[in-house]
Amino acid sequence: MYGWMGKILRVNLTNGKITKEDLSPEAAKNFVGARGLGAKYLFDEVNPKVDALSPENKLLMVTGPLTGTAAPGGSRYMVVTKAPLTGAIANSNSGGFFPAELKFAGYDLIIFEGKAKKPVYLWIENDKVELRDAEAIWGKDTYTTQDMIRSETDEGAKIACIGPAGENLVRFACIINDAGRAAGRSGVGAVMGSKNLKAVAVRGTRGVAIADKEGFAKATKDFIENFRKHKADWQDPFTYEGTIGIAIVAMNVMGVLPTRNCQTGVFEGIDKISGNLFNTTFSKRKNRPGVACFSCPLGCGRVGKFPDPEFACEGDGPEYESTGAFGSACGVDNLAAVAKAAYICNEMGMDTITMGMTIACAMELFEKGYLPEKDVGMKLNFGNAKAMVELVQKTACKEGFGNILAEGSYRLAEKYKHPELSMSVKKQEFAMYDPRGLKGLGLSYATVSRGACHIRAEVHDLSVWGLYWYKMLKDRGITEPLDPLAWEDKPWAAKEIQDWFCIIDSSGMCNFNIISSDYPEENVRTMIEAATGISCFGSYEGMMKTGERTFNLERLFNLRAGLTAKDDTLPPRMLKEPMPEGPAKGHVVELDKMLPEYYKLRGWDENGVPTPEKLKELGLVQESRK
Amino acid sequence: MSKILFVDLEKCTGCRACELACSMKHHGEYNPAKSRITVFGFAPTAFFIPIFCTQCEEAWCRNMCPAGAITKEEVDGTWIVRVSEVKCVGCKICMMACPFGDMSFVSEKQKVQKCDLCEGEPVCVDACIYGALQFKEAEIANIPKKKATAGRLSESYKEVKV
Repeated sequence: MYGWMGKILRVNLTNGKITKEDLSPEAAKNFVGARGLGAKYLFDEVNPKVDALSPENKLLMVTGPLTGTAAPGGSRYMVVTKAPLTGAIANSNSGGFFPAELKFAGYDLIIFEGKAKKPVYLWIENDKVELRDAEAIWGKDTYTTQDMIRSETDEGAKIACIGPAGENLVRFACIINDAGRAAGRSGVGAVMGSKNLKAVAVRGTRGVAIADKEGFAKATKDFIENFRKHKADWQDPFTYEGTIGIAIVAMNVMGVLPTRNCQTGVFEGIDKISGNLFNTTFSKRKNRPGVACFSCPLGCGRVGKFPDPEFACEGDGPEYESTGAFGSACGVDNLAAVAKAAYICNEMGMDTITMGMTIACAMELFEKGYLPEKDVGMKLNFGNAKAMVELVQKTACKEGFGNILAEGSYRLAEKYKHPELSMSVKKQEFAMYDPRGLKGLGLSYATVSRGACHIRAEVHDLSVWGLYWYKMLKDRGITEPLDPLAWEDKPWAAKEIQDWFCIIDSSGMCNFNIISSDYPEENVRTMIEAATGISCFGSYEGMMKTGERTFNLERLFNLRAGLTAKDDTLPPRMLKEPMPEGPAKGHVVELDKMLPEYYKLRGWDENGVPTPEKLKELGLVQESRK
Repeated sequence: MSKILFVDLEKCTGCRACELACSMKHHGEYNPAKSRITVFGFAPTAFFIPIFCTQCEEAWCRNMCPAGAITKEEVDGTWIVRVSEVKCVGCKICMMACPFGDMSFVSEKQKVQKCDLCEGEPVCVDACIYGALQFKEAEIANIPKKKATAGRLSESYKEVKV
């Protein structure tokens, strides 16, 4: 095969059996890779009703056809499994160098089954694949884990691993690969921990073959040229300021920066957590470009060092989401504390978004008097940086109140009888965008298969970022950004962006590259088809149909897992409490108006179930009978 | 004047686009293991450093090659240390001789390989979007660095009350 390596590695942890299988060419054509292919294999092999942390669940690490190639940002893989946080399908994406190395070893995906009797890690050296004892590494943080494994395998090994949080089954534990790169959301790290699988280390010396080298090189070059048109607006800020520099002040100006658990969208302490402050004072790279993942022309990664007397720390990041979650969302205006909390998450292997938003939720419960001080063991007002940092560590170790925080904000708020104070959808916390000022994202939060999430459909691109160079807009004659506060044009926008992001997330490319290039659709299509030599899509419409197929298959998984249309909603605060200040003042999310139209556009009935006609159109008839 | 491959370490982000371009050009596939340039990252200093052949004048590899496979020749004013695939006997002594580790081995061919500056048009330089890798006149290659040093000196003089 071209683009794909054509091989699946199946690892049964229960009996230690490792097998190599051929990748199904039909599945590859219909679902491309990463997110789509992962959904297909998970749907076919796992009963959606299983307990996410039981041996019956499977953990899939899936690359795309463009992973490991010169496609800009061709560094990604997707971890697909049933999520312990949401009970829905999980697809957590990460870049760095591990995913490309997995392909260089000769595999498109790994399927982990069952549960090992004692801690193990998988060591892959091209054809040689073995499970190794990980008892000495169990309990170690993600950096030490990688150092130890490299010293007993190969110094060039690329590693994905869990930290203590994953071992302790923290419901939002992540899988960290390389230096602080995270398959972050939905608790994929806890699934890994439940299987006694500490890490996957890989060294590969094979190449990724390209079917049409000339066509691929041209599409890549065209993509980069379109991308360079926006060098000053997009490439340079990503490179020199990172996401923290691009977004935190901008979101505050838009009045959508989650502040004090989304009680408002404007944070008065913004200057003390800004990207400018980080880049001029605490960045280890100073005025040099940032740190890049494999094959990435953006280099958005940051590395920081904070000589703060109270919160001295050093590590990878912080990026925008972590800064918002531990900063404004917790009312903390101390960047060193924010970074320290994020670095602990990297070391212990936890999702920074859910961690920050869970503490923010606890802070609101505390301030409203629903959460007694004796339960927490300390005062937990908004802005209490010391308590925040301490609780992050306690959560990873499930110590004291950390035991309750380790369940995520929904289960925390439910325990204290106020589930409405959890800013989550399907029990997964919001990213750092308050949807009252971004109506399209509100609809997308409500309907994305893995729960509240910003990167499975950046509908806000069409409004906020000025990134409106999309064919879907051009075809409609739209030349201006969409109004973020209007809901009328969002149902179709959410649907189409969701389908399009299914393609991006399946390709192996990073969506930051794609959102920075204008009219990327044809170049992405050409890159995938030239790399694989297969006319996967045939046309733009065919490509969008493929994306829609993945989105609907994820929907089928969720419906069979027991989720219903009732789960396609937002916390009451978003629907009933108008934003108190800023540009979105007075706004709520008109979900009741958007959702029915969205279902109709999706070809779903009023219960959010895909109609037989839709499933037939997408070639999912066989799946629908399952 | 002679052109040299040169890296501005301030600009390398560790993305490995150079390794991809190199392996595609010389081996027809994306494969960092076969690239003639390799990037290393160092967490404590947050620096990334590409290692590649610097085309030595007194080339250790050439001096040790028992088969006379390694030569140094001028192509359009640029000096290139080359390995002849025909003459190379695959003994790998050059891999030990090179003090920088710039010789590597290609298993399928059972021959060594090294950077040949793509015969005067290095593809890694083209692929480096950050502008870290540069192919430029040897005499003036270091001028920007000299200028940066001068800049720091001028800054330090500002603080001295003359």
